[in-house]
This record gives sequence, C-alpha cells and structure tokens, in this order.
Amino acid sequence: MTHSDIRKPFPWHILVFLGPGLLIYLTVSVYPLLDTLRLGFFSEDESGATFFVGMQNYANLLFSEVWSEPFWNALKNNLMFFVIHMLLQNPIGLLLALLLSSPRLRLSGTYRTLLFMPTMLSVVIVGFVWQLLLSPLWGISEDFMYNIGLGDYFDAWLGKEGTALVTLSLISVWQFVGIPMMLIYAALLNIPEDLNDAGVVDGANSWQIFWNIKLPLLLPTISMVSILTFVANFNAFELIYAVKGALAGPNFSTDIMGTLFYRTFFGFQLQQGSPTMGAAVATLMFLIILIGVAIYLFFVQRRIQRFQL
Amino acid sequence: MLNKMTLTMPWSGMNKLTLKPDLGKKLMVHAVLLTYTVIALFPILVILINSFKTRKAIFNDPLGLPDASSFTLVGFEEVLARSSFDVFFFNSLIVTVLSLFFVLLFGAMAAWALTEYRFRGALFIAALFAMGIMIPIRLGTVSILQLMVDLDLVNTRTSLVLVYIAQGLPLAVYILSEFIRTIPKELKEAARCDNVSEYKIFFQIVLPLIRPAMATVAVFTMIPIWNDLWFPLILAPGESTQTITLGVQQFIGQFVTDWNAVLSSLTLAIAPVLVLYLVFSRQLIRGLTAGAVK
Repeated sequence: MTHSDIRKPFPWHILVFLGPGLLIYLTVSVYPLLDTLRLGFFSEDESGATFFVGMQNYANLLFSEVWSEPFWNALKNNLMFFVIHMLLQNPIGLLLALLLSSPRLRLSGTYRTLLFMPTMLSVVIVGFVWQLLLSPLWGISEDFMYNIGLGDYFDAWLGKEGTALVTLSLISVWQFVGIPMMLIYAALLNIPEDLNDAGVVDGANSWQIFWNIKLPLLLPTISMVSILTFVANFNAFELIYAVKGALAGPNFSTDIMGTLFYRTFFGFQLQQGSPTMGAAVATLMFLIILIGVAIYLFFVQRRIQRFQL
Repeated sequence: MLNKMTLTMPWSGMNKLTLKPDLGKKLMVHAVLLTYTVIALFPILVILINSFKTRKAIFNDPLGLPDASSFTLVGFEEVLARSSFDVFFFNSLIVTVLSLFFVLLFGAMAAWALTEYRFRGALFIAALFAMGIMIPIRLGTVSILQLMVDLDLVNTRTSLVLVYIAQGLPLAVYILSEFIRTIPKELKEAARCDNVSEYKIFFQIVLPLIRPAMATVAVFTMIPIWNDLWFPLILAPGESTQTITLGVQQFIGQFVTDWNAVLSSLTLAIAPVLVLYLVFSRQLIRGLTAGAVK
C-alpha cells in the first residue's frame, strides 16, 4: 500500500462505483481482445495444445495458396460492401434528412417514425424478408418488374455470383438508411435559423444554401456517419449468414470478413475450425478497423475542427 | 418593378399565386418522402399480410389482403407447435432487460466515478472505455468463448448478459459522463456540507438528474442486444437458451419450404418489435437525436 493511505482513508466509494463495470469490461471485453491478438501468433496441434509460430498465421493468410485467396476475396467483397453503403446509404440518408427538416413540413413526425422502422428490425429478419421477396418461387418482385415494364430484367439476383453481393448490400442499405437520416436530421435541427435566413436575404437559392451553408456545418456529422458505417460494415456478419449461410455462396461471392472469421474459427465442410487462425483473422479485422478509426481521428476530424467557429 | 418581377418570376404577379412555387416544392418533398416510406414499409407489410393467408392465396395473390376464404392461422399454429417460440421470446426478454439494467447501473456508477473523483489512472480507464465505442467486442470472440468454457457458462443466458454488459458499457459511460459534467457543483457541495454520504449523493441526487440521458443510452443499448445473432449463435445455441433472433434463424433453416410457417415465424419476430417501436417511437427518436427533436 502507498503512503497516501496513511494520511487519507482508502477511497472505497471510488472502488465501489467503478469496480463492477470496470471488472466486467476488463474480463469480457479488454482481456479477450488482447488474448485474441496474442493467439494470432500461435498455432495448435490435434490435442489442442498451442505453440508459438510468430508471424506464420499472417504469412499464411496473406500469401499462402490455401488461405490467401479466401482472405483477399473477403476483403475485396467487404470493401465493395462498404463502398455501396457510402455511395447510397449515406447520400440517401442525407437527402431524406434535408427533406424532413424542411420548414413547416406536415406529417414530418410520421415520416420520421415510418422511415426509421426497418432499422429497428433484426438484420436476420430483414435478410429472410428480402430473400422471400426476391425469390423467383414466390414471384412478387418478378410481377412487380413486369408491371413497370422491366420484366425481362428480373433475375434470381441473390443466387447469381455476379449480383448476389450487390443485392445483399442494397438490402443492408435499405435497412440502415435510417441511421444517417436520423443523425444528420438532428444535426440539421441544430443549425441556427439565422444562418439560413441570412442566406435567403442575400439571395441564395436552396441549392446554394445547402452547398455553402448547411453542408460545411454537416461535415462533422457526415464524417462520423462514415466512420460508423465503416466499422459496422467491416464487422458485418448476420445478413450474409442469414441469407447465404456460413459458406457465403454462390462460390464465396458474398464472403466478407465476418463470415470468413466465423468459418475459420468454427470450420466448415472439410476444413477444421482453428481458434488460432480465427484469432489471426480477427486481428486483421481489428487492424483494418483501427486504420479506419485512425484516419477519422487524425485527418478528418482535425481538418473539420479548423473550419468550426 | 412589378414588370421586372413578372419577367424573372412569371408566377409572382399576384399575391395568391406567390404560394404556387412553394406549393409545388412542398408537393415534391411529400412525393419523395412518401415514395421512400412505401419502399421502407412495403416489404414488411407483404410479410405480415401473407402470414395470415392460405398457401394458395400466398402464391396466387401475394399482394391481396386476407379475406374470409383465404384467412388462416395454420402457419402460426405450426410455428408454435414445432418450436418453443415462447421460450425464445422469454430468453430474449430476460437477456435484454438484465443487460440493460446492468449497463445503466454500472455505466452510471463508472461515469460518476470517472468524472467526479480525481484519482490516479482515471484518465487511462476513461480512455480504455472510450476505445470500446469504436472497437467491436466481436473481435475478441475466440477468447470470449474460451473464457465462457472455462467459467462453465456456455449455453447459459448469463454468458450473454455478461457479454452484452461489456458491449454496452463504453457508450453508456461516454454519454453519461458528458451528462454528469453538466450537473451544477453547488448541488453536490451542498449535500457534502450536510454530511450526506457519497453513495446517497449518487443514488438520490445524481441518478434522478441523469434520467433523460439514461433513456438515450437505453435505446442505443437495447436494440443491438435484442437483434444480435452472433453471440447467441456462438455462446448459447442450446434449445433452451436460444434468443428469438437465433430461434427464428434456426426455425427457418429447418422449414424453408413451409411458406406458411416461415412467414408466420417472421411475423412473430417482427410484431412485438413493431408494436413496441410504435408505442415508444417518440421517446426513442428523441433519444437517438439526443434531444434535438422536441
């Protein structure tokens, strides 16, 4: 014990307040993450005993014949998944937020409630819903496409190698558009009316007001939405697993980091599951997310702060 | 002057007509919002409607509402007979409520300790919690499973509750700390002068004051827990501990070809969330937008 204890009684109340939360957080979150980073440097034999192998797992994942192909494939698909979200989910969310915040809009609260509804549902449920809707067996989408004169373009999108990933991304965009919408909407409400009014008085049209006044003020929110999207996308698993199973078919065309992690850890078909290889995949996911967060913290946020008043 | 205005804006000749471009714009806004609302709701409605229809009606007239000849509850009967939906639902409920309770309690206590008292390591602990906001707990799954095996907690709801507390704490500590900082010093000092204990100050003065922030935290914590598939799948896949999300996933995997049952199971999973959402949407959205919406 330190000598400060002699002068002051031990601050038990701090321990009582901080203890329970910190203990659970350290044991169930911090320690497992550190242990996973450690396990990535190990390998195991049939008996389950682990031994140190240095960078071997990572060399395998990045370069070996068996591992590197699935890894780069999953990374590429995951990037695609992310890019589609950035190109569609966040701009659509921004547009909806702008419309929702138009002054004296009737039914604004109702729209808000209804538009956010899909976001509340479980990703698994949403996956199944769309699987049914897009199924050629049921034919709802096919009928719909015929009715608007695009019947010839209908295809079993979820089942085709070339379209499955894009279709799944669009389903995810459909579900989560509510999050950028709400966050940007809240930010828009916090922009003082005076700024808009000043723009109107100076003769700016709606587009100019958006581009020169609102957008710069929204940048912190938009970049926060972007990093949230990044982390969520590189951590995604449920949608692919619900619709395509752990094999992320057809022919791994919808495989992303989350499903690769799951398969590597638990094994599938002929390949045995491996906790250490799984830990290595998780470590790489950790690094990817860390790079994203670092870019956000050091570049985007710093630059934006300079623009703030 | 009037001439010039009619030239640049031909519709602004009369006072009444100046409303017109505004009206057109408003209609446009409503048209876009309405279209997107349909896009957002249509898929859900189709599933809900068809779960009440016979197999024949599901395929012949998927968009029609159930009527006297096509109405049936056979799908629901099958779901309830062939799976333990009530158990799954109860599991989800108890796991979510318990996790939520502890996240709020321990989160508020930790936030209070970190903002109110000066002690060595406070900054480090705060930073440690902050890191958890961005880094998903899922990445530690390999070791979490090992930990649960060692603690003999696999296939228990306790394992899920523990993981979800750890998952929810970082954001809870962050949001509640921000809020606790805004509590005026005088309140606490006055209490301390009256020799009120630190525990009483926290539970009887601070906790009631941060209730609005707790609602926000509750929203952010609850939804991911209720909807999670990953941890139930890995830590508690046993029949008796399955949550509703996992239960539906397994059930549909088993009965893919039974359309009535599949649609009904989806409806059973969606309905409670929708009802709760519609009842609490105002509070929920206020929580999400952190008070910006009145």
